[in-house]
Amino acid sequence: MSTPLIDLVGITKRFDDTLVLDDLNLSIRENEFVTLLGPSGCGKTTTLRILGGFTQPDQGKVLFEGKDISNVPPHKRQLNTVFQKYALFSHLNIEENIAFGLKIKKKSKQYIRDKIDYALKLVNLDDYGKRMPDSLSGGQQQRIAIARAIVNEPKVLLLDEPLGALDLKLRQDMQYELIRLKNELGITFVYVTHDQEEALTMSDTIVVMNQGYIQQMGTPEQIYNEPENAFVADFIGDSNIIDGTMIQDLVVEICGVRFPCVDTGFGRNKPVDVVIRPEDVELIQSENAPLIGTVSHLIFKGVHYEMEVEAGGFTWLVHSTSMSPVGSRVGLYVSPENIQIMNKPASEDEEAQVNE
Amino acid sequence: MSKRFGKQLLAGPYLFWMIAFTIIPLIMMGVKGLTDSQGNFTLNNLMAMGNPVNSQALILSLELSLISTVLCLLLAYPLALILRNMGSGSNSLIVFLFVLPMWMNFLLRTFAWQTLLEKEGVINGLLSALGLPGINIINTPAAIVLGMVYNFLPFMVLPLYNALAKISDDVINAAHDLGANRAQTLVRVLIPQSLPGIISGITMVFVPALTTFVISDILGGAKILLIGNVIEQQFTVSYDWNTGAGLSIVLMIFVLASMALLNIFDKNGEGTVL
Repeated sequence: MSTPLIDLVGITKRFDDTLVLDDLNLSIRENEFVTLLGPSGCGKTTTLRILGGFTQPDQGKVLFEGKDISNVPPHKRQLNTVFQKYALFSHLNIEENIAFGLKIKKKSKQYIRDKIDYALKLVNLDDYGKRMPDSLSGGQQQRIAIARAIVNEPKVLLLDEPLGALDLKLRQDMQYELIRLKNELGITFVYVTHDQEEALTMSDTIVVMNQGYIQQMGTPEQIYNEPENAFVADFIGDSNIIDGTMIQDLVVEICGVRFPCVDTGFGRNKPVDVVIRPEDVELIQSENAPLIGTVSHLIFKGVHYEMEVEAGGFTWLVHSTSMSPVGSRVGLYVSPENIQIMNKPASEDEEAQVNE
Repeated sequence: MSKRFGKQLLAGPYLFWMIAFTIIPLIMMGVKGLTDSQGNFTLNNLMAMGNPVNSQALILSLELSLISTVLCLLLAYPLALILRNMGSGSNSLIVFLFVLPMWMNFLLRTFAWQTLLEKEGVINGLLSALGLPGINIINTPAAIVLGMVYNFLPFMVLPLYNALAKISDDVINAAHDLGANRAQTLVRVLIPQSLPGIISGITMVFVPALTTFVISDILGGAKILLIGNVIEQQFTVSYDWNTGAGLSIVLMIFVLASMALLNIFDKNGEGTVL
């Protein structure tokens, strides 16, 4: 898209004896919405805190526009953070909260006034200037926290699970709000979350992290459709992860049945992990089906039915808009482009990380 | 109905305590203070504060307790900050060490200082052994201030620590994030947000310091009269309960006035003791 703005180079961080980040390298471009996604303890928040300057890496460098800022204290960095629990100043009203950074920088009264009005308008809270933070709802407080950060015109906005404490409806509204803000402001967002849906909705780039390592980095489509390993496939959405054997290019054997696929270059008769999304499993007439199974579980989910089908010694998770009752025999079919082949984890490496 | 009555019954012991040991004594004090020895109404007992000896004692008390409070605040704030920054795990030993002297009798602690500060006392003994000139502060206002600060410092540290511990790290990080250096964060965030603690710390030091007579008795050698000593002597030496009660009322008005003044700064009322 454009030039790199931030480079994390070989970042390593330990807390006591726990390795939180191990030789992490990450490049963030200007005007990008980057999401660090992973389960708790994966190192995503630590990465954000290192960017903000609240945590010092044990090894490695943080480059900002090519300059090393590893030792620059937070108050001298051109980044602003939106904290998980909002962290508004409870002794100041909304306007004073927003003006905090500008007053420190000794901006003129008129400039501060204009900025407050602009920021309140931007987050749709025009009339809230004189209120105290405690009198606002969680979503409103979060928007004020964003307003407080952006009036300082940071080049990068760091957001640490900012929607974590909000209820579902509000969270979805805020997601659109954040996308709109990002487009209006034209600045880089680095967003931390453990919510894969949030990540898929908002991001230009998703960085999936686990155990202090980057598991995969790519666009939401890439992450969802072409997960590189079982962790990513499992973490992003529901999926069937099945042991399979790559017979040859374009042919994979799953549950004793050969399926045509689109992957090449894995070699012959090689054990692989096969990922098939539940919405990609098609239920067809059993006579023409490569695999036949029995429905063992059925739940209505609103948009679709969620079924479990026992077939070929594996319990398949299937999402379908048409319903097959429990106990019925169904045929399963997966079209070649929906079969995603992954190398088995290079055994020791990833498993070892889990045990560390 | 009976359920409500049962609940109200629970308040009984507290109510009895309050009436017996707060309300009735206050009324007695009011009656004594506003009558003469024959039982006739008079304001002379209150006016007794205008007597030069008494008013000087009150002014000296106000001065010394103010100095002690300021010293306590200056000593306690950095300590409370350090304790806060250490996090809850490692600071319990330090808090323990700090509170430990409070478990010892107040009189004993004050007598200990007398022994330390005496002309031939422990401190001067050490100083002369080192060939240094001795210090001579026993029976001076300085010794009284020392005694007050020593005895009342924990009452300042604890509310300050509580107030500071309530401020989340993220709020402090947010201040740094918005460009505030350490000093600016202290002035613009930490001090305003710990104001309730500051107010209750000041109250808990200033009021007992203003009314003490034991510290001035022991470390002031009965030569320096604080208002507490004056009132004590009215009761125990002159047996003039009316004047004693009258002076007590005036002193109480000073205490209440100073607390009202403090409450102006404490918008949320979190720090109020009364």
